[in-house]
Amino acid sequence: MEPEQKMIPIYIIGEKVLVPEGSTIINALEYAGFQLKKGIGCREGFCGACATVYRLPGDFKLIGGLACQTVVQSGMYLAQIPFTPAQKAVYNIEDLKPDVSSFTKFYPEVFRCVSCNTCTKICPQEIEVMDYVNSIIRGDIALAADQSFDCIMCGLCTIRCPSEMAQYNIAMLARRLFGRYLTKRSDHMFARIKEMEEGKFDKDMKEIMGLPLEELKKKYVERDLNFDIT
Amino acid sequence: MYPEYMMESLKLVEKTRPKRIDLAKLGKPIVKPMSLDERGQVLDKFHPDYKSNARKPLRIGPNKGESLTSKVVDILESHSRINPDDIDLSKIDYDVDILIVGGGGAGAMAAIWAQKHGAKVLISTKLRLGDANSMMSQGGMQAAVNPHDSPVIHYLDIIGGGHFDNKPELVYAATMDAPMITAYLEELGVMWDKEEDGTLGTKAGGGTSRRRMVSCRDYTGADIMRTLRDEVKNHLDDITVLEYTPTIELILDDKGQVAGALLYQTETEEYVLVRAKTTIITTGGFGRLHMQGFATTNHYGATADGLVIAYRAGANLLYMDSVQYHPTGAVFPEQILGFLITEKVRGLGGQPVNKFGELFVFPLEPRDIEASAFIRECTERDNGIKTPAGRVGIWLDSPIIDILNGPGTIKKALPAMVRQYHRFDIDISKYPMLVFPTLHYENGGIEINNKCETKLPNLYAAGETTGGLHGRNRLMGNSVLDYNVFGRRAGINAAERAKKVSLGKLHLDHVRNYEKEIKDAGIETKRISPILLPDYRNFEVIRKHRKEFDPFLGGGVTGFYEEK
Repeated sequence: MEPEQKMIPIYIIGEKVLVPEGSTIINALEYAGFQLKKGIGCREGFCGACATVYRLPGDFKLIGGLACQTVVQSGMYLAQIPFTPAQKAVYNIEDLKPDVSSFTKFYPEVFRCVSCNTCTKICPQEIEVMDYVNSIIRGDIALAADQSFDCIMCGLCTIRCPSEMAQYNIAMLARRLFGRYLTKRSDHMFARIKEMEEGKFDKDMKEIMGLPLEELKKKYVERDLNFDIT
Repeated sequence: MYPEYMMESLKLVEKTRPKRIDLAKLGKPIVKPMSLDERGQVLDKFHPDYKSNARKPLRIGPNKGESLTSKVVDILESHSRINPDDIDLSKIDYDVDILIVGGGGAGAMAAIWAQKHGAKVLISTKLRLGDANSMMSQGGMQAAVNPHDSPVIHYLDIIGGGHFDNKPELVYAATMDAPMITAYLEELGVMWDKEEDGTLGTKAGGGTSRRRMVSCRDYTGADIMRTLRDEVKNHLDDITVLEYTPTIELILDDKGQVAGALLYQTETEEYVLVRAKTTIITTGGFGRLHMQGFATTNHYGATADGLVIAYRAGANLLYMDSVQYHPTGAVFPEQILGFLITEKVRGLGGQPVNKFGELFVFPLEPRDIEASAFIRECTERDNGIKTPAGRVGIWLDSPIIDILNGPGTIKKALPAMVRQYHRFDIDISKYPMLVFPTLHYENGGIEINNKCETKLPNLYAAGETTGGLHGRNRLMGNSVLDYNVFGRRAGINAAERAKKVSLGKLHLDHVRNYEKEIKDAGIETKRISPILLPDYRNFEVIRKHRKEFDPFLGGGVTGFYEEK
């Protein structure tokens, strides 16, 4: 016999409902009869669509989390934040300098950071948000790109920031500057592109595409496995 | 953490580990890969597609008579959401060059390239821009950038992995565009994993014969998708994005061309009429149909909407009898059931072992073979580990990665996986993960050529919604490649075509004709499609006080309102 499912009370936008213990917030919302049309996405913690704020009984603090990754607790009061109306700068990535000047130009509010660390405390990815903001202020774009890499752009930092900046959009610019301007290019990749432009593989490609099925199968089975990259 | 009884099996895994490490260090396959015959046998006996109820014949439309995946037949043999007589086609809300149906990777890439080619674009998406499977791909993208590799070898890997059913012109396009696409994404600012000297970090994947997987830690899709989304938003003068507004039917004109679509705002329930010179379908896959009750790795929106509307308008489908089950979906803890455990775990040296800690399959077989071998181990051989919820799985030995590649590798290369398990007090650098195959990918789809043209004039398609590139089994890293290569091609070709199109009078006769076909075939159903979003509501809550079936979202195909 299956053990009986224990039910616990939670409050969805103020309404009390009983949901199975151990559910994620998303599963609890659906159990309660909500069909989600907003505030839901990949359900696996990769897209940042299901930002949720909640409070626990006897505590005044507002806590942030992803509804798909957070397990319900008894007495939890919650509401979803399906959208953050944050500013995003419009720029031409081909035309920027990978240093602090791009931020002075497009996101001057980054310099208003008061180092309160509220952003870091609410981040469901446990990113050191304040640290990457400070890296940007110091002009260390590479470090900011690395520190913010796991950001899923849920917007929770932004709605809590007393300096009113959109950290997640600012970090997006940092990562794009890093990827485009600050990493060493791959010689192998450009050599390969050049080879292709020169038609190096055209003959072999034509040959393999013209093979009868049985010969193609034979070629496939006999191909060598080689995981040495040079 | 794992319950006590599982820890006993884990002790056996630890016991066999030193021997398995020695094997891995030899630099040869640690288990002999299967021959084509062995592959055929394990598929035939254990792959879910080969079960007797997996497929059924389709009774209407261009692919009539073919036997397709049962749930796919259900969404195709469904009524439209609209009655054409109720729709006023004289009031056009948006008049654009290109309508893109779907806001994932292929849609964003198509929009960027269409804009470069001078088009005014509108993107219709049912959730937000970037809410898509593209965001969730973890392991990487295949591109033959290494000196010991070539697009020809990449071609061979793809076509063998797909059981030689692939459409050659599409495989050619993907493999030949791949290095250029890798460079283009870097120009946009994607942060590829690299060595100190700039060399792209590459890993092997299931069914690849070279190290070919470029990656961004285990957030590859997320980094690409957020970059493409950011780039789309740098061009909002030319690209309009309608979020929470899915497309529910295509519209044709009296010259037999696709001429736009009818959209539907899910919150206000209003219709939005878009006239477009060319239309691109980029709606992704179908994991949320839960074939045979399988859990899925897929996004909430993966309901194959574009497939349905294109089919209703007359497009051809290819290989819609084939479903990809990813070998490594989470089965414990229950909260992350079906979640994707990236193939990169095995690319880095992770090994699948049974409850005795024994290796039972080459870790990097093509996905359908690997998944079938896992199912065999858990069923016929009964060497799986049972979970408290009554599920069964095998161990994916991850701690071995740090031993083989140096301490800290897992933390650096697999931050998303570490985070996922850490939330449930499991440290994957110390303990293996328990896995079982999970519904992952739509191998087939709308038939296209290498310009992304469908059979219908002015209708294009790109990404997971299309079929042909992967044959009947996709290899790891080729879906990210797919949406980038063909998203770009669709954008360019649709933009160029739009310059020459003149549209006639709009109509929805294909919807009327399709309804007639349903009736003539004697199909009696209340299902409607596209289903837009699945329905996971508590059955008792919906049923309370209600007598009538109301297939709103979910269409009566997913969730609890299933017709028996």
